[in-house]
Amino acid sequence: MTLVVLALALWAGGFALNVALANGPARGTAAARLAVPVVFGATVLAMWECLVRGLGVPPVILPPPSQIAQTFGANLGLLWRDFVQTILKGALGGYIIGCGAAFLTALLVDRYRYLREGLLPLGNFMAALPIVGTAPILVMWFGFGWQSKAAVVVLMVFFPMLVNTVAGLQDTTAMQRDLVRTYAASWGQTLIKLRLPAAMPFIFNGLKISTTLALVGAIVAEFFGSPTLGLGFRISTSIGQLDLGMVWSAIVVAALAGSVFFGLVTVIEKRLTFWHASQRGGR
Amino acid sequence: MSQPASSLADSGAPVIRASHLDLTFQTADGPVHALKDVSLDIPKGAFVSFIGPSGCGKTTLLRCIAALEAPTGGELSVNGMSPDAARKARAYGYVFQAAGLYPWRTIGGNIRLPLEIMGFSKADQKDRVARVLELVELSGFADKFPWQLSGGMQQRASIARALAFDADILLMDEPFGALDEIVRDRLNEELLRLWARTEKTIAFVTHSIPEAVYLSTHIVVMSPRPGRITDVIESPLRKERPLDIRDTPEFIEIAHRVREGLRSGYQE
Amino acid sequence: MADAAVPLTARRWRVPPVLAMILAIMTLWYAAAVPMNVKEVLTQAERAGVAVSPPSAAERRDMGHLVLVAQNPGALGASWSLDRARLPAPHQVLVELYDSTIDEELNGRRGIVRSGSLSNRSLIYHGWVTLNATFVGFLIGAGLGIALAIGIVHSRVMDMSVMPWAIVSQTIPIVALAPMIIVVLYSVGVQGLIPKAVISAYLSFFPVVVGMVKGLRSPDAMQMDLMRTYNAGAPTVLWKLRLPASVPYLFASLKIAIAASLVGAIVGELPVQQGGLGARMLAGSYYGQTAQIWAALFMAAGLAAVLVWAIGWLERRTLRRIGMSA
Repeated sequence: MTLVVLALALWAGGFALNVALANGPARGTAAARLAVPVVFGATVLAMWECLVRGLGVPPVILPPPSQIAQTFGANLGLLWRDFVQTILKGALGGYIIGCGAAFLTALLVDRYRYLREGLLPLGNFMAALPIVGTAPILVMWFGFGWQSKAAVVVLMVFFPMLVNTVAGLQDTTAMQRDLVRTYAASWGQTLIKLRLPAAMPFIFNGLKISTTLALVGAIVAEFFGSPTLGLGFRISTSIGQLDLGMVWSAIVVAALAGSVFFGLVTVIEKRLTFWHASQRGGR
Repeated sequence: MSQPASSLADSGAPVIRASHLDLTFQTADGPVHALKDVSLDIPKGAFVSFIGPSGCGKTTLLRCIAALEAPTGGELSVNGMSPDAARKARAYGYVFQAAGLYPWRTIGGNIRLPLEIMGFSKADQKDRVARVLELVELSGFADKFPWQLSGGMQQRASIARALAFDADILLMDEPFGALDEIVRDRLNEELLRLWARTEKTIAFVTHSIPEAVYLSTHIVVMSPRPGRITDVIESPLRKERPLDIRDTPEFIEIAHRVREGLRSGYQE
Repeated sequence: MADAAVPLTARRWRVPPVLAMILAIMTLWYAAAVPMNVKEVLTQAERAGVAVSPPSAAERRDMGHLVLVAQNPGALGASWSLDRARLPAPHQVLVELYDSTIDEELNGRRGIVRSGSLSNRSLIYHGWVTLNATFVGFLIGAGLGIALAIGIVHSRVMDMSVMPWAIVSQTIPIVALAPMIIVVLYSVGVQGLIPKAVISAYLSFFPVVVGMVKGLRSPDAMQMDLMRTYNAGAPTVLWKLRLPASVPYLFASLKIAIAASLVGAIVGELPVQQGGLGARMLAGSYYGQTAQIWAALFMAAGLAAVLVWAIGWLERRTLRRIGMSA
């Protein structure tokens, strides 16, 4: 009971602290902007711990964070191998192939208007479909290994990346195009000097969306069949064994991988699209 | 008012010659008759202003010369060739209404853009960039990005870009339209100085009467759509013109004549 | 140069591009089915006594597909009508689709015509199960998302504490939580629609929050200042300015949300298989019924297309009513 009271106290305290940070004199600073969500997250974690222990929630339903941390620490080697299988081989491999193929296709589509008018509506259509459903078929074709997961990822990232890249290549103003026309520039020169730089914001939008899709694809594809390795495999088998601590540990690995991947792409984006209004602090 | 015959030919063959030029656009709302029976000769070294109400086709005419539009009737030659051949021979520099600098390139990078496309050597590029920046008084800004410069400075960079590859012809489409009066005056002066130094042939579109009269050797007055030439005025003002020439009686007389030409265009 | 004003008289008559692309894809599909299915086709041909090179399945097992096709051009007749094809031909998928939907319901023993309720072997039933979860989850997720977005826009504390997490959550594969949620709720006796709806709600929640916050903040400084000159309170500003301005953003994120909702429902059907398209796909892969997998996948794709189209239709109607149609 005391733990429940403690949980409520923590919530009140955390909330008060955040109100002070958000509305007090320090509110505009970068430190405050970082501190508030961190305090929020820490409060949630602390409340979780107290409520689960205090209300006696069985660990097979919802384990407390301390137990999850313990399981995580005890299984680092296993989780690392899962990470390599799912993230590095499946997700990253598929991501590179899929985004690369989409980029090359986008160049073709940009060059030939007939292709553009034909493929773009189809691309938009395909981008909205539940491509994860192709996982069983791809497992049948490519086997249980990481190749089938990479194949699912390729399919999932291809269409959003294609649609975004084509939109970016088209996003030049008439004036910018007229300018290179007065220089009698060839299609290739126009591509490299105008369209590709102009397309960068869109390309990175597509790349960022694709990071999440790649992870989702790799993990969900493993739910449909995989060797004895991988985060998706770990999650589904650990559930069968009611080892919820392991399940959450795998989820933590996936979450960390997702945010780091996304963060890396964002850092590269900042370097290459520093000139765009959205990066220069536009509203 | 009848079309004055090709009245501009001075010495030598005209650099730009238009003969009964006609242009009708097919738009979603029906055909738009932009240019009607435009005939004109522009001699070498002239500074020709095109002035007229909005939508009269002066920009369209400039774009035809630049081979950015194709006329649907009549003939047009630039440097003795078709406009498209002249474009491929990189015979002119074009300055747009907005600076249109690429935000991902520095000022120097933007000026290098045509030089890279046209295949100038790296050493040559460096030379030319320095030279034209000095011409427009932007030396030292080569490593800045366009958004770090004011509107006037960006437009100067745009002019520098058009000068970088030594084309004989400069086509300028209301380049100072978006700037305030003081900056505009200064840039007008600079442009005249530039023209004197480089002896290019300049076709300049504007809808400011003082600007047209101040800058030009010849003023072409156009009527509202469909665009026709209502008057071609040869300016008697001497080539070296300080800004206060705008208060002299000769200037005011020419401005008056331009205004008459514009008015008569409306009455047709 | 005119990219915009192509003279109408100059357009030549030609096959509409989308149609041409679809035809091209169909052709490629049929062509690809031949090498994909070649091993099974040759095994069947061998059993029927046709001369096959090389003659035994063991020898053929490690050979490349294209090589086998090249060596046996005459024996490939069954490529587009195999029972358990690696790549079913388009018409096979269509036949299976028809069989599991209309045919099953009209003529099947447990079909709606004979037994008064949907057959549990028909894709209509499974699609309905999935659709239910998708829809309920979507409504809950979108509703909560809109509510949270309004809260974020009006409360600084909520904005600074919750919004970063909402953005971060878009980078993590939330769908990995799906099996756990299903199993955990199952063990406390909650099964059927609710767990799947929870996952769908969760997946559709964050896109709606992010999109709606963007939309609620989209009115520019000039419009906000105008409201201040009217001394309008926050609820008025919300109702008369922010909400109408956010409609385009809302619908854009609703389209993403409903697609995510559908994926959530399908993934939610995998651990505890009690019907639904996801369960059907998994069953098909367990029993090697490839046509069944394809048909279920097409059904899911069709469902997604219909749902996104429906949101688009709703968007057009709404925009027209509030006068914002382009």
